[in-house]
Amino acid sequence: MFEIPLSALAAQVFTGLVLGMIFVLLAIGLSLIFGLMTVVNFAHGSLYMLGAYFGFFLLGLTKNFWLSLVVAPLMVGTLGLLIERFLIRRLYGRSPDDPLLLTFGLSLIMVETARLIWGKIGLTLDPPRALGGAVNLGFMTFPTYRFFVIAVTGVVLIALWLFLERTNIGLIIRAGSRDPLMVRALGVDLSRIWFLVFGIGTALAGLAGILAGPMRGVYAEMGVTMVIESFVVVVVGGMGSLVGAVVAGVLMGQVVGLTTFFAPKAAEIMVFVVMAVVLLVRPSGLFGERGLME
Amino acid sequence: MRRVVRSVGAHPVLSFFAFFAVFPFLLPHRSLATQVLIFGLFALGFNLLYGYTGLLSFGHAAYYGLGAYGTGIALAKLQVGSLWLGLAAGLVLAGLGGAAIGFFCLRRRGIYFAMLTLAFAQLLYFIAFHLAEVTGGDDGLRGIPQLKLGLPGFAVSLDSSLAFYYFCYALVGLAVAGLKCILDSPFGAVLQAIRENSDRAVACGYDINRVKLLSFVFSALFAGLAGSLDALRLSVVPIESLYWTTSGQVVMMTLLGGAGTFFGPFVGAATFLVLEERLSLVTESWPLVIGAIFSAFVLFLPRGIWGTLIGRLGRVSPTPGP
Repeated sequence: MFEIPLSALAAQVFTGLVLGMIFVLLAIGLSLIFGLMTVVNFAHGSLYMLGAYFGFFLLGLTKNFWLSLVVAPLMVGTLGLLIERFLIRRLYGRSPDDPLLLTFGLSLIMVETARLIWGKIGLTLDPPRALGGAVNLGFMTFPTYRFFVIAVTGVVLIALWLFLERTNIGLIIRAGSRDPLMVRALGVDLSRIWFLVFGIGTALAGLAGILAGPMRGVYAEMGVTMVIESFVVVVVGGMGSLVGAVVAGVLMGQVVGLTTFFAPKAAEIMVFVVMAVVLLVRPSGLFGERGLME
Repeated sequence: MRRVVRSVGAHPVLSFFAFFAVFPFLLPHRSLATQVLIFGLFALGFNLLYGYTGLLSFGHAAYYGLGAYGTGIALAKLQVGSLWLGLAAGLVLAGLGGAAIGFFCLRRRGIYFAMLTLAFAQLLYFIAFHLAEVTGGDDGLRGIPQLKLGLPGFAVSLDSSLAFYYFCYALVGLAVAGLKCILDSPFGAVLQAIRENSDRAVACGYDINRVKLLSFVFSALFAGLAGSLDALRLSVVPIESLYWTTSGQVVMMTLLGGAGTFFGPFVGAATFLVLEERLSLVTESWPLVIGAIFSAFVLFLPRGIWGTLIGRLGRVSPTPGP
């Protein structure tokens, strides 16, 4: 047996955890939108990319990272609201494939527009000085910014959970994803809820983008592989299940992180292998209900 | 016009052979005509699954790429020395890939299915990317020899672009005739029954999982043949042939032309390729324009160019005609 440097392994576990946080933010948005609206938002990755670019733009404008961190996701969410209101809304009642096709077209438009505005060469997004440097944990040192990403994701998840469990709108969202017909029969205007949920989901994608920017760089194609991997996370977790999205996101972060450590070439492949195994054993995903929303 | 559309609908295979016999002389250059044939065939395969069976695959690059790599590896690495064996290798690989991936993806329906096909296609892309000794990795598979086409008694050189066009014309024509047979058979009727209402098809006693898998494999074979031919055309297999953008292209072509119509795929492939060629002369951002056109089609013209033409000029029927 070869000797495994423990501190390097621990660092890799942590890196995987941070990647998992990005997966979770993306997958939760996808899953929320899908669970309620049965819309697969292919443009999710492009909105993630726009979140990073908006962050870059705002940072250049205001020199204030904290402000950018709040405003960039709001800008992406607003774009999401516009997309839902003026484009996707026209497709309700048609085949569920149609929103997927439309958002695929939109993602092409967004990627090309980003290339036009910000160029083809990747940009770097600098974290604020307070989050520079590294934290020494004794057995390893780790960039402070990455701890910050974990903390922000944690706070957002708790806020989202409180919103869904403790507010009236959250109640309607949960009920709407379980039985939209019944919720409508009770006199709730679901189209306003869909509008809101699409905005929340896309804003989460924007947040994931600006958070990932300082770690992974900002470039027009950054969302493409990310959205496919987030789809995999959603499938593994169980479509429409938020707990599933969180668990599967963290799991996939670890799968990528650890495979990168032991067999770097296989990292991208392992994600899909895990998916295939989960599908064989539990076709509806780890936390999915069989037959729901198909 | 109405008469033309109707007679094309009545005799699709004859119309294909008649139109594509003169097609290369209608275009500014021949290579575009060959591309339209090859991508039309690719879209034809995709359309069998999406337009006729109602299964949206977002990973058809997988079978196109398997066909291309199968032929490329057989000719360049294994040196099989026969064009026919090369094509067969591509078809076998695409068919096996289709059967294996189809088995997994058909465990789920609807949107799930689309995402799973996409995921598996990406899996193949990454495998090809890292297996550089076999596939050439990032650089693509190079050095596919330009062989003569061996026919009983003599051999034909495919060096001229026109000769290669007619070679593709013959094979794609056979595939078109094959598809017509499939759609006219009882099996084809079951496919369309699944598209319209899969629960009812089950209630009628059809083993729809087997039917869907068979449709998936047929679709993969068409896509694989297209990939094989493209590998011969380019004498190189770029790694992008397995990338998700290739899957996106075939989806766009089919929808532009008209999903669920017999000639939609060819109309769409021609539209897409001509647009791509014209636009790329004007602007680097041509995908922006194509993306906008595609989005507009999804929103306002979901039956595509050919589907809308048939709807307006052909017989008046609620379902898109042939």
